[in-house]
Amino acid sequence: MKKKLVSVLISAAMSVTLLAGCGSVNAPEGSAATDGAAAEEGTGSAEEAAEDASGTEAEPEAVTTVGPEDGTKMQMWSFVEAHNTFYATMLEKWNEQNPDRQIQITFTTYPYSDMHQKLIMSLQTGSGAPDLCDVEMGQVPNVYEGVDQWLYPLDEAMTPYAGDMLTSRLDAYKGADGKQYGAPFHVGATVMYWNMAELEKYGITQEDVDNVVTWDDYTALGKKYVEAVGEDGKYFTSVDTGGTDWLWLAMAEYGDDWTGGYDGEANVELDSVKKMLNMQQSWLNDKIAEVSPDGHIDLEAGYQNILDHNIVSFPKAMWYMSRFKNYMPDEKGNWYITKCPVFEEGQNCSVGIGGTGTVVTQQSSDPELAADFLCFAKMSPEGEKLIWEDLGFDICNTSLWEDDSFAHDDSNYYNTFFRNYPYDVLNNIKDQIGTIMTVKISPTINEQMCTTTLNEVLENGTAVDDALAEAQQAIELDE
Amino acid sequence: MKVKKFLCSEKTAPYVFALPFLISFVIFWIYPLISAIIMSFQDIGAVSTKFIGAKNYLKLLKDGVFHIAVLNSFEYMLLTCVLLIPFPLLYAVLMDSRLVKAKGVWKAVLYIPALTSVVISGTLFRLMFSEYKTGQLNILMTMLNMPTIKWLKVKWTSEIALLLLCCWRWTGVNMLYFLSGLKSIDKSLYESADIDGATTWQKFKFITIPLIKPTSIYVLTITIYAGLSMFLESFMLWSGNSSPNNIGLTIVGYLYKRGIEKNDMGYACAVGVVLMVIGLTINFIQLFFNGTLKKEED
Repeated sequence: MKKKLVSVLISAAMSVTLLAGCGSVNAPEGSAATDGAAAEEGTGSAEEAAEDASGTEAEPEAVTTVGPEDGTKMQMWSFVEAHNTFYATMLEKWNEQNPDRQIQITFTTYPYSDMHQKLIMSLQTGSGAPDLCDVEMGQVPNVYEGVDQWLYPLDEAMTPYAGDMLTSRLDAYKGADGKQYGAPFHVGATVMYWNMAELEKYGITQEDVDNVVTWDDYTALGKKYVEAVGEDGKYFTSVDTGGTDWLWLAMAEYGDDWTGGYDGEANVELDSVKKMLNMQQSWLNDKIAEVSPDGHIDLEAGYQNILDHNIVSFPKAMWYMSRFKNYMPDEKGNWYITKCPVFEEGQNCSVGIGGTGTVVTQQSSDPELAADFLCFAKMSPEGEKLIWEDLGFDICNTSLWEDDSFAHDDSNYYNTFFRNYPYDVLNNIKDQIGTIMTVKISPTINEQMCTTTLNEVLENGTAVDDALAEAQQAIELDE
Repeated sequence: MKVKKFLCSEKTAPYVFALPFLISFVIFWIYPLISAIIMSFQDIGAVSTKFIGAKNYLKLLKDGVFHIAVLNSFEYMLLTCVLLIPFPLLYAVLMDSRLVKAKGVWKAVLYIPALTSVVISGTLFRLMFSEYKTGQLNILMTMLNMPTIKWLKVKWTSEIALLLLCCWRWTGVNMLYFLSGLKSIDKSLYESADIDGATTWQKFKFITIPLIKPTSIYVLTITIYAGLSMFLESFMLWSGNSSPNNIGLTIVGYLYKRGIEKNDMGYACAVGVVLMVIGLTINFIQLFFNGTLKKEED
């Protein structure tokens, strides 16, 4: 018995030591916990994973190969399986139309942070990178660091389509050298979602909602709603501690940008940001708003909150429509989409948020062919139509927005899910969609906001000016 | 023939046997250690790398987030030492005594958590400690007519979650260490103590504690290391490396954040070197006061 126990212990100790050896170089040995397992379950920071946070559960790797054996062989990575399914469909179309330029692609889906880390490592070491890869907006600065030494510019390949694409969206995926490295999926225009069915129960009509122009109007309507409901736990909206969407919207309305762009200096102490945060603090005090459970509404707890009708309105990018399809299908017919309120009349009322820029790497076996395929898949009208139908994104090809057979097609899920046509709203705000740059300092700002500043302001009631001054200091340390 | 002679000679044989360990030690420990120290003085960019002197270390001095991470790791390390040494020892003594029936079952029950992956247990704890009213602990709070708590947003409640996860996982392991230490104590010592009329407490204090000292030192040393290098528990509990106001950020978490998430390897190496220095200092002090480093008395 004694011997057995000792031998069990010795072997356990040995395996623990072994595992600790696999861990990070500098971490002294300890629990086997420090080894690479962490990377297997990645979601990235809350806001960054925004576009497709469905990846909150680490999916197992999915690998599929599409295309003829004699085609040029390529690798493609994504962090969302639906994206790969989309590319696979587009690849079949490409191979049909280009018999002399056949491609065979092996698609691999990795968890969010795992994929981005693998990509950056392989770009840095110069081997092992795929031919094509999805890059989430928040990770763009990291992947773009090596500009044309790492990535292949798409400028030439996208010429046939560039005229119809929304310029502000293409700009978001340009490198510091002005070349186009990423192809976008969507505009990510921020709009206001309203639960009309619930609002109507308390005497608020569609007309009341349409009459909301400024944030003051919005606040007044919120007060009216909350008073009419008169129930604890029911709010007009929820504000985020784990995401910066509200602040982006405020900046876009005033034409500000806290990153300062490529050459400027980061400054988070902006009036627009202060106004938004002060307004949110007052909403919390007046019980018009609550803090989103788990930090923001693009998470399971957020969907549940919407399904429970604890909140009845919120601003979110157009791609949030797909969350209704995937997580809240029972809400069909209840929701209405409008443009967002503004601080002062005449301001921009929307901002492009989130997104996936797909890149072609310099390590590709045939970067020119890869770029041509990529632009065909993500920018051609055929591809754009499929993006809308399959993925439910607000596409960047503006020529389709006014096309009745496309924008008002009642066989489309989203066109009938909401009380109005999403593209009607989009057409209406076409020229009012601002852009906040994503540059090298962006992840630092985002992290500071989502871990510290927003929690201080919205959870602890810290004065907005103080919290932002502290944030500014922390961000400057990194610049 | 020569080879055989070489291998069988008394002088070389020990080195030959130790060689596999030495090689792996040099390749996987010494080499990365040295290159990490070198890298901590560099700015490692995407395309070029250059030496920047002690800039990374100077930045660490001013970096408030790093200070929070160090404090968090320290606090966690101290609290785990307080919880993960007395209690497992107590359980081990109980297991070794005649008071407990069905020892195998209890041992297995206490040890099983160590076999589950932190990824899974962390996720389960996250769901249990959810701030939403459907989280198990908030259901409990509601049943007790108390207001629900945002467990993972407040420092002290999140500390409870982390420590609970840690104790649940490691108590069984430490208990087994102590148990093996107890098994090696000669039973006749207890018998003679009985004859002399010693109480249970006296036996524990004057026989068990001194004789189990080597095991205690080992357990203390690994607990300190494990506490300082904790990362995955916090990573899983907050489903990522970002926690509100950095309440769950540890030194290794910060290293990961800088090195992997922000791709700033030079700075991350500086964090790692500081962690190593802290870990070594604490353990040297601890081993010095335990007398482990003194020459064995003969």
